[in-house]
Amino acid sequence: MSEFAVELRDVVKTFKTPEGTHLNAVDHVDMQIQNGEFFSMLGSSGCGKTTSLRMIAGFEWPTEGEVFIEGKPMGHTPPFQRKVNTVFQNYALFQHMSVFQNLAFGLEMEGAKKDEIQKRVRRSLEMVQLLGMENRRPKQLSGGQQQRVALARALVKTPEVLLLDEPLGALDLKLRKEMQLELKALQQQLGITFIYVTHDQEEALTMSDRIAVMSKGRVMQMGSPVEIYERPRNRFVAEFIGESNFLEGQIKSLSGSEASVFVPALNAEVVGTPTSEGLVNGEQVFISIRPEKIHLTEHPLRQNTFSGQVVSTVYIGSNTHVVVQVGELRLKVWEQNRISRLEPSSFYTVGQKVDLMLMPENALVLKKD
Amino acid sequence: MLKRLRENKSAQGTLLALPTTLWLFVLLIIPLILTLVISFGKRSPDGDVIYTFTLDNYLRLAGYSTNCDNGQAACFDPLYLQILGRSLLLAFNTTAIVIAMAYPLAYFIARADPKRRNTFLFMVLIPLWTNFVIRVYAWMMLLRKEGAINIIIGTVAHWLGINFAPLELLYTPGAVLVGMVYEFLPFMILPIFTSLEKIENPLYEAAADLGASPFKTFLRVTLPLSMPGVVAGTILVFIPVMGTFIVSDILGGRQYILVGNLIQRQFLDARDPAFGSAASLILMVLTLIVTYFYTRKFGFGEEIIAA
Repeated sequence: MSEFAVELRDVVKTFKTPEGTHLNAVDHVDMQIQNGEFFSMLGSSGCGKTTSLRMIAGFEWPTEGEVFIEGKPMGHTPPFQRKVNTVFQNYALFQHMSVFQNLAFGLEMEGAKKDEIQKRVRRSLEMVQLLGMENRRPKQLSGGQQQRVALARALVKTPEVLLLDEPLGALDLKLRKEMQLELKALQQQLGITFIYVTHDQEEALTMSDRIAVMSKGRVMQMGSPVEIYERPRNRFVAEFIGESNFLEGQIKSLSGSEASVFVPALNAEVVGTPTSEGLVNGEQVFISIRPEKIHLTEHPLRQNTFSGQVVSTVYIGSNTHVVVQVGELRLKVWEQNRISRLEPSSFYTVGQKVDLMLMPENALVLKKD
Repeated sequence: MLKRLRENKSAQGTLLALPTTLWLFVLLIIPLILTLVISFGKRSPDGDVIYTFTLDNYLRLAGYSTNCDNGQAACFDPLYLQILGRSLLLAFNTTAIVIAMAYPLAYFIARADPKRRNTFLFMVLIPLWTNFVIRVYAWMMLLRKEGAINIIIGTVAHWLGINFAPLELLYTPGAVLVGMVYEFLPFMILPIFTSLEKIENPLYEAAADLGASPFKTFLRVTLPLSMPGVVAGTILVFIPVMGTFIVSDILGGRQYILVGNLIQRQFLDARDPAFGSAASLILMVLTLIVTYFYTRKFGFGEEIIAA
């Protein structure tokens, strides 16, 4: 068995646009996906995530570079000769076949025997809790059930790698959350590699072992959910995953794990943690700080503390979203409503003076590009 | 009154169906009943109908003849049965050839670049802009002894130094078959195209993903999903071929008679509306029987997907 389930080596996919120009939908992408990993490709539409997945499945062939599955270069191997299976975005179920026939189709193509097909289809349906639905047509099932059929149809082939193209996109929020956990549990139970394409950052964070954040055909950052969220390597990632405040400034001094950045809008220096590589003294940078990581405090420390004025507050149940004017900046601050109370005086009010504390480990210094 | 109508869905439905129902009643149901009544009548010497109740017309169609060579009072004459059989066979052959020709073309158009698809469809439809009869006459020009086909073959034969006597193409069963296939080809291409076009690309990808080769994908996915189009096309082709008389009239000659010609001649030449009515009803019943068994086997098309 190869070290990697799937590997993309310097893969480029060029498409012709209707205007006749060429566009790199996937632009020099390198990915190594380990055996048994839950790997997500995350990005907005047009970032190249689906095209990358389709190249692994074999529906598209790379313009440059090579896709490896189980260590073997795929070249122009057609999809029906690859040992991967796909769960399609809109399920792509065969409407002219029953649920059983949909699942049996892939096994018949392998030349499996009748009783073996029977057994494996049953096992697969049991796995997705659809036993008893064998004779239904896909049209007679709910969206969630159709989704499970699509999943079972791919899993019944016992692939080494399962490709999922926004499989939960058509489901409502509650069902989607349930299915996220179910998919993750299933993946751990089966121990096979999942490559999951989504534009939903929360979904990617919930399920993945590793995430590749993509934009304009390139991988912006690859890492565990915690790394991606807590140590974004550039502004794009910090902005795409979760929310953040960005402070523009210039590095004044660098010392190991800390950088001091002069922020003109605050007319002050802010001490932060560099997360981009290769930062140099005097470089123009962004400081990124998440709204939930800013402290509103009554006991200001000397370092990284600024006073400001509350501009607006929005109560959203678990949190209160406060916007604070500091110098020329407006910063988003999320305060958790830890104590249950009704008196309005306990919440921040517009015009109130507050002190903001930015902990250096929360203020991430990012390259400006 | 208007307000009440707005709330009453079933009254709305009745109102919407009314014009067509009236139309069908006046122009289909009543004539059909008249035809049925006339078919049990007799021809008067001056070509009118005498309204009685006799099964003579139907017996004549079934082969009962009083016009015998050897002086018998009654004998079996298979003439009309042969005409019916010939019509059925021609309709089957035409439909089969049309399916065989239309399917690949419809498949090609459905899988073509969407920008060029409309051009192709347009090209399929262009012949329909010309009058049906004129198109049949055009085939006469092509097929006759000094027609285009014989001229081309003759010229080629002349170059090669081969003796060539012009072929007798016109006024043969083959000419009628060619004419029918040509006339009805678009009516098969369009429904097959429509059902092929509806098959979404991910379905082909899913089949390939599950291990099906292109050939297997065609057999297991494309073909079953396009059957509604084939069924609809078959109905659109088979039924008119059974009844059309113009093609056989122009390309088949006087001896090549189909049910359509038989009926036409009873009404116009032989002036025997009673026998013509009986033949019309038999044609209808025959067509209905074939269509019934066909749709029972393959469905009307839609239920293949819906069921």
